Amino acid sequence: MTQMNRQRLRITFAKGETLKYISHLDLARAWERALRRAGVPLAYSQGFNPRPKMAFAAALPVGYTATAEMVDILLEKPLVPLELAHRLAVALPPGLQVVSIKEVDLGLPALQSQVRAAEYRVSVAWTGDRADLEARIAALLASPTLPRERVRKGRRRAYDLRPLVEDLKLEDGDAAGYRLWMRLHHGAGGTARPEDVLDTLGLVDVPFSVERTGLRV
Amino acid sequence: MQISNRLLDRILPTVTMPARYTGGEWNSVVKDWDDVQVKLVLAYPDVYQVGMSNLGLMILYDIVNRQPGFLAERVYAPWVDMDAAMRREGIPLYSLESRHPLGEFDVLGFTLPYELNFSNVLNMLNLAGLPVLAVERGEDWPLVIGGGVGTVNAEPLADFFDAFVIGDGEEVILEILNACARAKESGARKSELLRALAGIPGVYVPSLYQVAYHDDGTVAAITPTTPEASPRIVRRIVPQLPPPPVDLVVPYVKVIHDRGMVEIARGCTAGCRFCQAGMVYRPLRERSLSEVLTAVEAIVQRTGYEEIALVSLNSASHPQIEEMVRELIARYSHPPLAISLPSLRIDTFSVRLAELFQGRRKTGLTFAPEAGSQRLRDVINKRVTEEDLLATAEAAFAGGWQRIKLYFMIGLPTETLDDVGAIVELVREVRAMSRRYHGRRAQVNVSVATFIPKPHTPFQWSPLVGEDDLSARLALLRRGIKGRGVRLSWHAPRTSLLEAALARGDRRLGRVIHRAWQDGARFDAWPEHFDWEVWQRAFAAEGLDVDWYARRERSFAEVLPWDHIENGVSKSFLWDEYQRALHGETTPDCRLGCVGCGLAETLGCEGAG
Repeated sequence: MTQMNRQRLRITFAKGETLKYISHLDLARAWERALRRAGVPLAYSQGFNPRPKMAFAAALPVGYTATAEMVDILLEKPLVPLELAHRLAVALPPGLQVVSIKEVDLGLPALQSQVRAAEYRVSVAWTGDRADLEARIAALLASPTLPRERVRKGRRRAYDLRPLVEDLKLEDGDAAGYRLWMRLHHGAGGTARPEDVLDTLGLVDVPFSVERTGLRV
Repeated sequence: MQISNRLLDRILPTVTMPARYTGGEWNSVVKDWDDVQVKLVLAYPDVYQVGMSNLGLMILYDIVNRQPGFLAERVYAPWVDMDAAMRREGIPLYSLESRHPLGEFDVLGFTLPYELNFSNVLNMLNLAGLPVLAVERGEDWPLVIGGGVGTVNAEPLADFFDAFVIGDGEEVILEILNACARAKESGARKSELLRALAGIPGVYVPSLYQVAYHDDGTVAAITPTTPEASPRIVRRIVPQLPPPPVDLVVPYVKVIHDRGMVEIARGCTAGCRFCQAGMVYRPLRERSLSEVLTAVEAIVQRTGYEEIALVSLNSASHPQIEEMVRELIARYSHPPLAISLPSLRIDTFSVRLAELFQGRRKTGLTFAPEAGSQRLRDVINKRVTEEDLLATAEAAFAGGWQRIKLYFMIGLPTETLDDVGAIVELVREVRAMSRRYHGRRAQVNVSVATFIPKPHTPFQWSPLVGEDDLSARLALLRRGIKGRGVRLSWHAPRTSLLEAALARGDRRLGRVIHRAWQDGARFDAWPEHFDWEVWQRAFAAEGLDVDWYARRERSFAEVLPWDHIENGVSKSFLWDEYQRALHGETTPDCRLGCVGCGLAETLGCEGAG
């Protein structure tokens, strides 16, 4: 197969409630199998154990839903994005849905290295006072630094959460709780998780759910 | 009542591999709950990753869901963390498809693959909120039935089940569901349903039989208590294998055998005397090349699997295997499809075959000489010589494989330390050969299992090896097989003792299983959960002796607890084979000519004569 015909497509997709407990590796396998069912001419790596040429923008933590995740796939033969969308519509399992597909330049750097920020909508089952919550958010945003620790591979590491919180808003609330929207830095320079923000806001031991609504590249 | 997402959201974030408990897999079938007559839930008494690798369950799932009036859903044993979380939150064991508690189904069908899952069966019933004892479930649904190879002696489970299916399930499962449909329609009592089920060939309703014992504890007689129950339950066989399932459920989580499967043959003609599957799946029924190719095509399209296994007890012996592998490789080069064969024979043909399907991947080859000495291989009727093995190993090393695995058993009937020493010698030779070809990169892995005598085999009368003998033989292996380029692995002896006792147990062991489960036994097949003391206490409390079940030599005259299960291979053939074994006489592969196992007279066998 010549390299010349190759095509790189960027699929934006949603991962729904029914699939939120599957891990990133499981998701990658589910995508490979769906693309095979769809008869898509995926390019494979050479070697003893051929792997499909697929690259995700960012692993989604287990338990999150998402509305705009991204994966780049490399095809041996070009395919019209709309045609791929039609084929995937009947090959994707319930819980995975294509939002959009576009062709991207073969020469662009890896998708993963391009992600700068991630946006989240977080629902917390906290029924305290709205003004109180707004004050906590304002205090967080007004802090010059937010020193925290995280444990990674058994090693404690100090970091500053504040520069990683690019934006944080209270969207709305009702009897069941509140919905927050946040944009957190992702990739080079540090990655924050919504749980870090909830913790800093004092919303601990409260049931919550997270939806990743966008990845900024 | 369906278990809601909200309820599950409280516990799933706290357990390992939560996607095992949420269903929704590709090709899983969710039917309209109120639109079917009979609802079946297929249960596997081990974790999802193990159960999802079981083809038998998938075959039944496919057959039942093709019927408009029936539905089949699935459930697997929750791992201990999920079990605890469900009990804490009061969530009953539920099906993956519609998330209904098992108690809301009409039929709960367990696959019984092996004895060390028995405690999990009780635990799953209990987690579902159902009484574990059949008599305590009384007239209430669901009907609890069992199938799979474990039912060739289901006596230790008799207290917990309403009925067992003996043999191939493809036809009988629908006959059972039809009987249930009629019973529901007419409002029949469960006792009436059970008598109706007893009239279906291959269905064993244990409560309709009584067992009398001699003073020495052996069985005196097993007799039906109603006219509907036949004195002998004859194993069901499907004379010709129906088309294999192709809409295989594709798991999200990584399971043990994460690939598509096509059963290319059922049954085996080799006649290895230790092998239960080889005796209880007779006769040999093969699928044709074109049938296999059609199935693979459909599986590839409908599952997206990147690997297909050609499954049978002896895949390399399929008459068209080479053509099959060549054709599959030619057809599916792009995108690449990996082919695997779970069982290779010890011959150079198998190595050539592996060269075809493993390509340049050469991940490793496994061969099973089973015994180290020629004398002992003759005893077990594994008709392979040392020259065969060495030639096969040489072909593998010369073909580029750096790693091979050899599988042996210890504790075989008549085995002495000399036979075990022969394993050491054989491994030494193979290792030396591996180093000539691949130097320090060569690796010979030796896996040793304890031989467990199983019902319906020529060794069903033979005792399990004693603990001291076993230790001495293992010690010999550990001394002899060590150093660079070899690795020895073996199983814990105590799990073998339990497996052996349960395998050839009678109904009285039901009380032991019940007690052990109450005392915390579960996941006995998992070394980190197996607790021998729990079982020891249970045997002692019931006044039963585990050694009497596992390590007693039985006589031909003794009524065996499974004598009323007619497997088709005659007891006199098995006894003759046992005697031939003790004299070191081999019996040829019955592909070459009928050896008179009795199947031709009882159930029919096309290969005979």
